[in-house]
Amino acid sequence: MSLQDLQNIPYGKKILELKNISLAFGGVKALTDVSFEVNKGEVFAIIGPNGAGKSSMLNVINGFYKPTSGLINFAGTDRKGMEPEFAAKSGIARTFQNIALFKGMSTLDNLMTGRLLKQKQNFLMQALYFGPAGKEEEIHREKVERVIDFLDLQSIRRTPVGSLPYGLQKRVELGRALAMEPEILLLDEPMAGMNVEEKQDMSRFVLTVNNEFKTTIVLIEHDMGVVMDISDRIVVLDYGKKIGSGFPQEIRNNKAVIDAYLGVSDD
Amino acid sequence: MIYKETGQYKSSYKSDHAIFPLIQDKVLFSTLMLIAFLVVPFFINSYWEKAILVPFLIFSLAAIGLNILTGYCGQVSLGTGGFMAVGAFSTYKIMTSFPDLNIMIIVLISGVITAAVGIVFGLPSLRIKGFYLAVATLAAQFFLVWLFNKVPWFYNYSATGQITVSERLMFGIPVTGATAPPYATYLFCLVLVVLLGFAAKNMIRSKIGRSWMAIRDMDIAAEIIGVPPLKTKLSAFAVSSFFIGVSGALYFAIFLGAIEVTESFDIMTMSFPVLFMIIIGGLGSMLGSFLGAGFIVTLPIGLKFIMVDLIGLSAVTAKHFEISIWGLLMIVFLIVEPHGLARLWSITKEKLRRWPFPY
Repeated sequence: MSLQDLQNIPYGKKILELKNISLAFGGVKALTDVSFEVNKGEVFAIIGPNGAGKSSMLNVINGFYKPTSGLINFAGTDRKGMEPEFAAKSGIARTFQNIALFKGMSTLDNLMTGRLLKQKQNFLMQALYFGPAGKEEEIHREKVERVIDFLDLQSIRRTPVGSLPYGLQKRVELGRALAMEPEILLLDEPMAGMNVEEKQDMSRFVLTVNNEFKTTIVLIEHDMGVVMDISDRIVVLDYGKKIGSGFPQEIRNNKAVIDAYLGVSDD
Repeated sequence: MIYKETGQYKSSYKSDHAIFPLIQDKVLFSTLMLIAFLVVPFFINSYWEKAILVPFLIFSLAAIGLNILTGYCGQVSLGTGGFMAVGAFSTYKIMTSFPDLNIMIIVLISGVITAAVGIVFGLPSLRIKGFYLAVATLAAQFFLVWLFNKVPWFYNYSATGQITVSERLMFGIPVTGATAPPYATYLFCLVLVVLLGFAAKNMIRSKIGRSWMAIRDMDIAAEIIGVPPLKTKLSAFAVSSFFIGVSGALYFAIFLGAIEVTESFDIMTMSFPVLFMIIIGGLGSMLGSFLGAGFIVTLPIGLKFIMVDLIGLSAVTAKHFEISIWGLLMIVFLIVEPHGLARLWSITKEKLRRWPFPY
């Protein structure tokens, strides 16, 4: 299975299916028998209370955790789990709940790390730099500059990301994932801790990525307003179990989801 | 106003990604290079050679090596002395086994051998981090020094356990041995330092350097974007050990000529000073490696000049003071400027950019 095969899947058909995934750390069951599928080109949200297993689910998808049981069907092939490097090569990129940027490096270098897997020159050529290695750097720099333009990061290109404000760091992290030109983008709480304007910006970026680049997006978010507005379909987890799934409207009226997570408004 | 980038437009990514993107840096660097290659060789005498320039160049290489591993890849190492000893003894063995081989090639092969040894001792780095890795590299230090002491094959069964360099020519001029003129040894080291310095800088600004820094800053995130941790860490160990091995080879063949392993490559005489160099110079900075090496090499000379020649203390007392001043400086640097001399330089540049205006 290659990136090419992924790109050949028609939009709206399933690109990723999780079959009866269970994940346990010793006696702690993080996920129990969770199944859902993600279609190509949609915005798919995973919601649920804290500790429901949402982040673990993303870690399973991008190969950081191996599920204790269950299968992941990725672009038509069943597998028990993936290596992170393989997942990254196959076009799965992600951002983290608590920002995982490379703090000592500049914004530009952080985004350039997103291109690492696509750079092929060996280290001796890089040490020489003249010729092929230098050319390769320029090609990837150009791709990264497009991401910089798209996310409006021009002014902080040379700034070490450790000194950037939180909202910008979140944006740089999205940029790093986008620089990988992923087919599936996993976003772990991209709007956590942001104010209304930053949330609006971020929602717009997510929607543009989805519309323009046709990237499939799997997202975890706690802001129900945002989730209901931008997602095509939603799955709800609670204590590691799936308690509901469907279109936003269905989720809003789902009794189990309301009891476990959404709650009832007073009016 | 002196150091402004105004008016210098970059119209290609290539020029933007150059090692010295600013014209002022280019001029400064070219001037330094011209002086180093065209002026110094005519004026160098054996005092400048033996006391300052050659040790500065050799320790710069060692500092670059350790900086790649510790500053850029975040793997703390205390095994510098041991790896330098590998470089030195490789040079000695190759030299005595193949008398006709060119000294430059011998030095580079010694670097490659050290790189291989570095990879072996880098293997634990996948499992252990930080202090624990430092202790593991400490084991490498003690093991290697012990090995070169205990196995007579390494010093060709000589009675003293010393290894001694024999004369080798480069373009008909001796660069090793007692008869080598100061300018020859100096130029030999300078050429290596300049070439390898550029190689290091190029690696750092390319894919491999970004992989190292990614592993240093957050290894989990690095793994998820597809940086293989083991391969990356081992590549840092290999490249770093290559530099340290070459510097060890030069230290033996060019600088001292004859060494005894426990005396020259001990942790206190070698591993710690090189670590101090990169801490004082600046972790994760090429410039810092040079500044740190220059500082540590010239500090004892400066202190001796002040204390013995100006104040009139006895040489022994001055030596004691020197050690305390070292320790004091380390503490001061760690508290006041943890990013080292390289950071001071970039602050100065920033000031010069605005001078004479306050902002």
